[in-house]
Amino acid sequence: MSDKPQRSSANSSAGAPQIKVNPKVNRWRRFADWDERPLRLDRFAVEDAAAGFAAFSSPNDPKPGLEIAGGKVKSMDGIAAADFDMIDIFIAHHHLDLDVALEAMAIPSPEIARMLVDMNVPRAKLVRLAHGMTPAKLAEVVAELSAIEIAFAYSKMRARHTPGNQGHVTNAKDDPLQLAADAATAVAFGFDEIETTMRVARNAWSNAIACAVGAAIGRWGTLFQCSSEEAEELQIGMAGFSSYAETVSVYGTERSFIDGDDTPWSKAFLSTAYASRGIKMRCTSGAGSELLMGFHESKSLLYLEARCLCLQRGMGVQGTQNGGIDGAPITCTVPGGMRELMAENLLAVWLDLECASGNDAAATESEIRVGAKILPYLIAGSDLICSGFGSILAYDNSFNPSLMNGEEMEDFLVLQRDFEADGGLTPVGETEIIELRSKAVQAIAAVLEELDLGRPTPDMMASVVAASGSAQTESYMPRDVAVISEAIKARGINVIDVIRALAKRGFREAAQNLLNVVKLRVSGDYLQTSAIVRDGKIISAVNDPNEYLGPGTGYRLSAQRRQEIANIRDVLDRDEVLRTEGRHAKGESRLIQYRSMGEAQPGTDAKEVVIGISPAFGLKIFRTLAGHPLSAVLDALTAGIRAKGCKPRVVRLHHTADTSFLGLSAARLAGSGVGIGIQAKGTAVIHQRDRLPHHNLELFSNAPITRLEHYRRLAENAASYALGEHPEPVVVPTKGEAMGARFHAQVALIYAIETELTRDGAAPENVEISLLEAAQ
Amino acid sequence: MSERRKLGTADYPLAEKRPDLVRTRKGRPLAELTLAAIEAGEVALEDLRITPQALRQQAEIATAAGRPTLGRNFDRAAELIDVPQDVILSIYELLRPGRAKGKADLLDAARLLRQSYKAEKMAAFIEEAAEVYERRGLFAKRF
Repeated sequence: MSDKPQRSSANSSAGAPQIKVNPKVNRWRRFADWDERPLRLDRFAVEDAAAGFAAFSSPNDPKPGLEIAGGKVKSMDGIAAADFDMIDIFIAHHHLDLDVALEAMAIPSPEIARMLVDMNVPRAKLVRLAHGMTPAKLAEVVAELSAIEIAFAYSKMRARHTPGNQGHVTNAKDDPLQLAADAATAVAFGFDEIETTMRVARNAWSNAIACAVGAAIGRWGTLFQCSSEEAEELQIGMAGFSSYAETVSVYGTERSFIDGDDTPWSKAFLSTAYASRGIKMRCTSGAGSELLMGFHESKSLLYLEARCLCLQRGMGVQGTQNGGIDGAPITCTVPGGMRELMAENLLAVWLDLECASGNDAAATESEIRVGAKILPYLIAGSDLICSGFGSILAYDNSFNPSLMNGEEMEDFLVLQRDFEADGGLTPVGETEIIELRSKAVQAIAAVLEELDLGRPTPDMMASVVAASGSAQTESYMPRDVAVISEAIKARGINVIDVIRALAKRGFREAAQNLLNVVKLRVSGDYLQTSAIVRDGKIISAVNDPNEYLGPGTGYRLSAQRRQEIANIRDVLDRDEVLRTEGRHAKGESRLIQYRSMGEAQPGTDAKEVVIGISPAFGLKIFRTLAGHPLSAVLDALTAGIRAKGCKPRVVRLHHTADTSFLGLSAARLAGSGVGIGIQAKGTAVIHQRDRLPHHNLELFSNAPITRLEHYRRLAENAASYALGEHPEPVVVPTKGEAMGARFHAQVALIYAIETELTRDGAAPENVEISLLEAAQ
Repeated sequence: MSERRKLGTADYPLAEKRPDLVRTRKGRPLAELTLAAIEAGEVALEDLRITPQALRQQAEIATAAGRPTLGRNFDRAAELIDVPQDVILSIYELLRPGRAKGKADLLDAARLLRQSYKAEKMAAFIEEAAEVYERRGLFAKRF
């Protein structure tokens, strides 16, 4: 604004005229627009450490410190051993390595923070130091790092070299047919682990069989978890259906631990029990759980999670599921919340735990926040990027909707392609998916029949194969499922029975695949840190360790993996564009004829308006980007010029395909000095003989939304300019569509076809057009 | 296992690198656990369970990989393999806050593990819990 605005009345000189806005306006309507955005469904909270709403630090957080005497911890983080709560006791006994502790605690936190982002400091050196660091010290170090530093350090410190991903497979009906189909689908997309849970708790056994069978379709090696009540989950594991567990939650304050009905010793015992049954296990923790449970002790989210993670290392579990988890939504309400979630994941990998890095519970309604949330993990890589990507639709997710669900699966696949980053997933074609789903449904139906648990009808099966979600199925309902599930439990059916049933009914490959997963537990190889199965082999932090030491090291996409990730569906190439145009060529030949009439000369008629068409116009390209046949466009243009009493002349230009130069060249040939330039894709301009090339009269740059009526009015305006009038410029209304994203691949390919036909210095050519029947 | 060297990361994965060491509870090699054997009724779920040897081997590998706490967990787990499911679940229940009425309940559980299952390390772990629970008042009735 160059003019100074009027001062308020207090400063204005007496008698000066005042500008008033009447009626009084009380709100900028943009706020009303913002009110309608999905973002505004998110409710944010004021930072308030006393109330537990503080991400990185609270006045109540203890200061790092450690005193050792006589080989025993005398005080930790400012608390004397005599005053330790049960969490402190467990950490001091089982986590702290006193041989390292004094050395590690003596290094200033900023110095360790710099080591975390120094590519020359090996991961192993930092892991060793973490063994001797207290929760407050660990939290203080990572709090030094910015979000990008945390992401980088995470990439360097995560335990396994190759990244992976985990998906939820559930549905709103607990329908075993759909579970099997969706499990097979999730496996095809590449999830290393799939996790189910139930709408109705007693359906656990049915869910377990259905997912175990579905996960055995196509390839083997996807690990499977059936999340249910602790004792039942262990029993399902012992029956051989599930291969991992991650619902062993720990908490960062004594009171919340007790309210969670456990202690560090009970949870440690449970995790040992899982190992004794040959089942892979990780704990769950995450910011916000203590806050939600009401026992946060006014401590920061990060400090409490640091305690949880030291506990887990002390318990001797191989890994953790952290990064908020159920507490992610509340963590994201406070300033720095998302950065805190990244920081606590960094703590986990620094403590050498496998990290299933959250990104599960939907923390926001804003798609922008979702994309921002996932990106650092995608580009840094993670043992399991999501600890539950919703492979199914959001309404079918019985855990609660995930950050990303089936709806957004392709967005994630494209993000992988955009950043050439391995998020663990792979695009799969439509034919392959429908075949796998069909096979999975047949396999589970065969198992249900063979074990006399149910007889699904062909209609039930067909509805499930095609269904995107359970709202589209005509299949089992939760009550039917409860009968199946209780029979499995009561009859003591185990995985051997299922393998036999599959083999007997001809699903030998699935039977073998399922057997291969169960056999993993004999050697226990998959109990080691960060173990998953790839191509029939175990990879873990032991035999596939992350040894990042700067560019050229660490995980890189292989040429083959890059090709897999790039191979999303429905991509354009030049052949596709030409094929599409070829289909329109025939139709256009019935509507319009172009006849070359020799070299075009400047006209003399003051009412002549020249329409300059591009080299490929009507010869190789037949439709505008909006889909209008070029015959109809020329009809609209010529009719518009005639309607104003002017005369159209069509000239094909061969020296350029650029809109501005098409227009200017046409204008210089026109007796009126006014010309229209138009490319085959529909981009058009009104130009005038004496103007600079890019200083036109009117430009129609948005071909995808330019309709025939706009071409007609464009031509009328061109004629008006020729007559010396000042018409109202034509405005093609836009809704702000991302035209470039929608059309630029096609535009570039079409434009290349045009430019290939141009010849320097080639003379323009008069074209006689004859519009046949339908074009008029 | 004192007669042989400790296993290291180079021996991992055992099923791949040291199949000679991988045996089922009945001493069968992995190669015998075939689909045909399952169909013939020659393989039961029992054959697909992990063994104490396997867990102790994995403990050695974990320790060699710089993960001593994971190794100790595997060693404790090796002791629990023969502990029946109902005993496992009852001890887990007893370890939950407020379930044991006093220190003696937990010490009884530890004694059971030590005497009936030779679960020395696990027993010591539960004795440690007994001390802490007493100190922190975790025997209080909750429901």
